[in-house]
Amino acid sequence: MMWELFNVGDVLALSLSQKAPIAAICVGICCGLLGCFVVVRRVALLGDAISHAVFPGVVAGFMWSDDRDPWVIFVCALVAGLMGVGVVRAIVTSTRLKSDAALGIVLASFFAVGVFWNSTQQFPGVDGFLFGDLTTIADVDLWLMVGSTFAVGMLVCMFLRPFRVLSFDEGFAIGLGYPVRFLNGLFFGLLAFAVVVALQAVGVILVSAMLITPAATAYLLTNRIQKMMGLSVLLGVLAALGGWYIASIDVRFQTGPVITLLAAFVFACTYFLAPRHGVLAKYLRRSGMKSRVHRENTLKAIYRIIEEDGFKSSGVGVERLAEVRKLSFEQVTKDGQQLVRNDEASWEEGKSALYLTSSGWRRAAEIVRNHRLWELYLTDQADYAADHVHDDAEQIEHILGADTVRKLERDLNFPQFDPHGKPIPNLETTLQMEKAAGKQEETGY
Amino acid sequence: MMELDQDSWWMVGMSFLVALPCALLGVFLILRRMSLVGDAISHSALPGIVVAFAFVGDLSSPWLLVGAALAGLLVTFLIEQIHRHTRIKQDSAIGIAFTSLFALGLILIRVIIGDKVHLHQDMVLEGNLQHVAYAETVGVMGLDVPDSLIPAAVVAAGTVILMIIFYRVLTLSSFDSGLAASFGYKPAVVHYGMMAVISVVVVSAFEAVGAILVIALLILPGATAYLCTHRLKLLLVLSVLHALVSSVMGMYFSVWLNGKESAGVVVAGTGLFVLAWMFGPADGVVIKAVQRRNRKLDEV
Repeated sequence: MMWELFNVGDVLALSLSQKAPIAAICVGICCGLLGCFVVVRRVALLGDAISHAVFPGVVAGFMWSDDRDPWVIFVCALVAGLMGVGVVRAIVTSTRLKSDAALGIVLASFFAVGVFWNSTQQFPGVDGFLFGDLTTIADVDLWLMVGSTFAVGMLVCMFLRPFRVLSFDEGFAIGLGYPVRFLNGLFFGLLAFAVVVALQAVGVILVSAMLITPAATAYLLTNRIQKMMGLSVLLGVLAALGGWYIASIDVRFQTGPVITLLAAFVFACTYFLAPRHGVLAKYLRRSGMKSRVHRENTLKAIYRIIEEDGFKSSGVGVERLAEVRKLSFEQVTKDGQQLVRNDEASWEEGKSALYLTSSGWRRAAEIVRNHRLWELYLTDQADYAADHVHDDAEQIEHILGADTVRKLERDLNFPQFDPHGKPIPNLETTLQMEKAAGKQEETGY
Repeated sequence: MMELDQDSWWMVGMSFLVALPCALLGVFLILRRMSLVGDAISHSALPGIVVAFAFVGDLSSPWLLVGAALAGLLVTFLIEQIHRHTRIKQDSAIGIAFTSLFALGLILIRVIIGDKVHLHQDMVLEGNLQHVAYAETVGVMGLDVPDSLIPAAVVAAGTVILMIIFYRVLTLSSFDSGLAASFGYKPAVVHYGMMAVISVVVVSAFEAVGAILVIALLILPGATAYLCTHRLKLLLVLSVLHALVSSVMGMYFSVWLNGKESAGVVVAGTGLFVLAWMFGPADGVVIKAVQRRNRKLDEV
C-alpha cells in the first residue's frame, strides 16, 4: 500500500518536472523567434495588447463549450487576439491616432469587455487562463505548445527572407513585389497564435517579457538578423529554464515573474557590457575619441607655432603653447605629458619645452593638412565664404581617413596653399621635417 | 427606465473622480505619443506600493501613493535610459522596463507580505468599485460621503489645479519641446513632473478600477475627443465629458446586465470611442467617406 502511494507521488513529480521545462523551451523558442521581428519592426507592445485582448475570447470559449474544451477556448481566444490586431491596424490606418494610442485602446477596452462579460456570467477559471503557470500546465496544452512551436519555427524559416525585408523596409518589400498584405497577415497571425499558446503556460506579463526582452538583448549583441534570432532563442530558453529552476527552489516564487526578472537581469548586464552597443563600450569609445581630439589639437598648435617660426626647430616652449592654446600652464603641461606618453613628443630637461618625435610630427602634419584641405574644398567646391570654413574643418580634421584625403588632393589638383594663404603640408615637406625631428631625437636635442 | 440607488450614484461619483484626472492627463499623453507610458506606469506602481506597504503596514496610508509615484518615476527613468543610450526603440524599452518591474512587484508581494493581506494579482489588475458601497461614511456639508471618495476627490482637485497652473508649459512642451526649452522651461522637468502626477493619479485609481482598466481611463477619453476636434481646449472639455458620460452610462450598464461596475464604465467609454471613430466630426470614418465622395462629385 505504502509502496503504491510512493510510486504515484514519484510519477506525478516526474511528469510535473518534465512538462514544465519542455513548455519553457517551447515558449523560449516561439517568443524568441517572433520577438526579433517585433523588436525590429517597433511593434514590441503588440504582444502585450494581444495578450490582453484575448480575454473576451476566453470568456466566449467558456460560454460556448459546456465541458471547457481547450480547443474551443483556444480558437475563441485566437479569434479575439486576431480581432485585436485588426482593430489596431484599422485605427492606425483610418484615423490620426498613432499606434501607441491604438495599442492602448485595444489592450484596455478588449480587456474591459472581457472583465465585464465574465462578471455577468461568473465563470470560474477564466482568470486562470490569463495568469497561467508553467507548473500547472495540462497535457493538451503541452502538446499544443510543442506543435505550435514546430509550426512557428517552420513558417519563420520558410518566410525568413520576406519577413526580413518586411521588417526593415516595408516600402522596399512592396517594390520587390512581395505580397505584403499576405505577409503582414501571416506575421501578425503567427504572433497572435504564439501569444495565445504561450499565455496559457506563462501568463499575460511573461508573454510580453519573453517576446521583447530576449530579442532586445540579442539586438544589442549583433547586427545580423539570423544571429539575432539564434541568440534571442537561446537567451529566451535559458531564461525560461533558469527561472523555472529558481522558482522550484522556493514555493513563494512564481515561475512567470522569476523568468521575467532573470531575462531582465541578462538584459541589464548586456545593456552595460555589450561589446559594441553596450553603454560602457560606448562611453569608452567616446572618451577615447575625446582625448584623441584633444591630443591632436595640441599637436596642431605645436605645428602652427613651428610654422610661424619658419620651421627652424621642431620644439616649442610650454609657455608659448599655453598662450596659443589659450589654456593654463598646468593644463598644457598635462597635455604635453599625454603626448609624451603617446610617444608623439619628448620633454626638454625641466619640462619647459616640447619636442615632437617623428611620429608626432607626422600626425601633426596630417591634421593640419586635413584641416587646410577641407577649408579649400569648402571654398572651392562647396562655395563657402573663406571666413566660414574654419569651424567645420576643426570638426572634420580628426575624422578624415587617408583615402578621403587622397581623393580631396586629387579633386583639388594637389593644391599648395589653403584659402587663407597658408601652405598645405605635403608629403615632401613632411618627410623632410620628420627627418629633422628624427635627427634631433638621435642627438637628444 | 431603471433607477440607480444611492450607492450606485456614489459609485458613479467615485468613477468620475477617478476618470477626470486620467482624462485630462491622457490628452497630453496622446499628444506626446506616450500613451503606452501610462501602461508602463500603471504596472510598475506595484513594486512601489508593495515596498511602501512593507514599511508602513497599512493599505490606506498615503505613503503608498508616494511609493507608487517613485516607482512610476523609476520606470520612466529606465525607459529613457534604455532608449536614449542604445539602439533599442522606445516601445521595446517600455516593454522591458514595465514587465520587469511588475514581475518584481509580484515576487515582492509573496516574499515580503505573504498571504497576510488582501493584495492579489487580479485585484491589482481589475479593481473593484463596490468598495465605495461598503465604506464608512464621513459627513461633508450635510451629506454622508463614503470615505474612499475623499482621497480620490483630493487627487482629482489637485490634478485639475496643477493642470490650470501649468497649462501653458504642458501645451508648449507637448507640441514643440524645442521652443519650450528656448523659453527656459526644462523639458526633462516637465516630463518627469507629468509622470509623477500620472503615477499618483494611477495609483489612486487602483482600488477602484485596477491597473489595466486605468489605461482605458487614461487613453479612451483623449482618443475619443481627438477624433472629434482639433482644438486643444475643446479636446480637454470633451475628454472630461467623455469621463462623465461613461461613468454614468457604465453604471446603468452594470445594473442592467448585473456586471462589474469598473469594467462597465470602460465598456461604456469604448462604446463612445467607437461612435466617435465612426461619426466623429473631425476624423470619423463616415465624415471622411462623405468628404471623399463630395470631392469626387466636385471633380466630375
